[in-house]
Amino acid sequence: MSEPVTGITTPIRMEYRYTPGRTTSDFLKAMKGGRMEGRRCPSCRKVYFPARGGCSMCGREFAETVPIKETGTLATFAVVNVNFANRVIDLPYVTAEVVFDGADTTTMVLLRGVSPEEVRMGMRVKAHWIPKEEWDYSLANIDYVEPIDEPDAEYDSYKDLV
Amino acid sequence: MRDVAIVSFAQHSQRREDTRNEVEMLIPVIREALEPIGLTSQDMGFTVSGSTDYLAGQAFAFVQALDAVGPWPPISESHVEMDGAFALYEAWVRLQSGDIDTALVYSFGKSSPGDVARVLALQLEPYLLGPLWPDAVSLAALQARALLDSGKATEKDLARVVSRSRKNAQANPYAQLKGDIDEAALLDEPLYADPLRKHDVPPVSDGAAVLILAAGDRARELSSNPVWIRGIDHRIDIQSPGSRDLTVSPSTTLAAKKAGVPKDPDIAELHAPFSSQELILIEALGLDETRTSINPSGGALAANAVMVAGLQRFGEAFNRINKGDARNAVVHATSGPCLQQNLVAVLEGSN
Repeated sequence: MSEPVTGITTPIRMEYRYTPGRTTSDFLKAMKGGRMEGRRCPSCRKVYFPARGGCSMCGREFAETVPIKETGTLATFAVVNVNFANRVIDLPYVTAEVVFDGADTTTMVLLRGVSPEEVRMGMRVKAHWIPKEEWDYSLANIDYVEPIDEPDAEYDSYKDLV
Repeated sequence: MRDVAIVSFAQHSQRREDTRNEVEMLIPVIREALEPIGLTSQDMGFTVSGSTDYLAGQAFAFVQALDAVGPWPPISESHVEMDGAFALYEAWVRLQSGDIDTALVYSFGKSSPGDVARVLALQLEPYLLGPLWPDAVSLAALQARALLDSGKATEKDLARVVSRSRKNAQANPYAQLKGDIDEAALLDEPLYADPLRKHDVPPVSDGAAVLILAAGDRARELSSNPVWIRGIDHRIDIQSPGSRDLTVSPSTTLAAKKAGVPKDPDIAELHAPFSSQELILIEALGLDETRTSINPSGGALAANAVMVAGLQRFGEAFNRINKGDARNAVVHATSGPCLQQNLVAVLEGSN
């Protein structure tokens, strides 16, 4: 009996023409213009940032557009000690879930300007944008958040997002 | 068996949905299906969807689509990586358990973002057949060639199927391809994938469909003419298209027998994306084209949102029976290459 075949390689390549949808398109256009825009659910009144499709709790189309501030509260975070193949960031770094002021959902962003040992839930942070001439239709226009000199937020203010 | 009926249906279908994503496509269709029965998605005993992430090219696209349902507080839900007709089967089984009375079935599919004929090649057996990338149109053409070579059908028969579809589709607002086109004009068209012409191949469609099931008295409360599922079954043939006779569909015949398809139902809604497949299904189901109206909606040749077109067959049959235009129907849905897996159901009105 010869050696069994234990694996084969069958390359797969597919190309897609992706449609972000109306809500996400509006969000991306605002980001391109340097504006952070959330959308409010007409049913539960939650403000999503970024918003996609519809309210993922109520199944309703969004109605109102709500301006979101560049300041926010770090709801939770992870200290990353293993680099992903396509990311080149000095280890360790901190990935934060930030609830920006005016929003009721968290956004995942890179945290800089503080050592991992000093990061804590409730920290107040502010978005740092990439240079204006590089702005694109992307959440990545926000390069990272960094701490600001404000007292930590009360746990109750973000406990539902942890 | 517990009596289960369709009480509502809504759909969306178009050539290319450039602005709305899947969730944005689904939200209004779900609302449209729930409105006539005065219920919300939170009132449903069970929710199940049929779709495939390969169409969107995004892992867990089906989970994202759940946003459209309003799944909070948490609902009881499930998903099949198949046409919505097979999700309907799961809902029917779930209703048999007796502890719930309603179920919402939805399906969605945007065939336009990728090359759908290549996307469908990814459902093939991955060691020997898949790596050859036989696209869905080429496989259907091989099947059509086998059918013509067997002497069971001619190119004129294929044209007859397409002509009927185009004519019937004129009354269907959701159909993309429609018109008063005769067989001779169709046969003048050039070959596309020999022996298929472009019109023997379904259009690329984006769409969504939502259907609501209810059991027993609950169905009678929700609709003045609930459409009962009198029988439903699905069967499967050998996976490799090279290992079976492509000119027949024994799994359809067996499913029809198990579902109890009556002689000469008023209408037949057959999920045949290719004209040649409609001929194979008519024979497998024992239908007489002079006594049963075949695909009065135009069928999948008129609009073919992949993963939706099977559930649409249920909806189209429901609409006609519910309105009193037909007493009963045989409904068929397929999955896999060259009619590999087939579901057959018998629908009947209350009045």
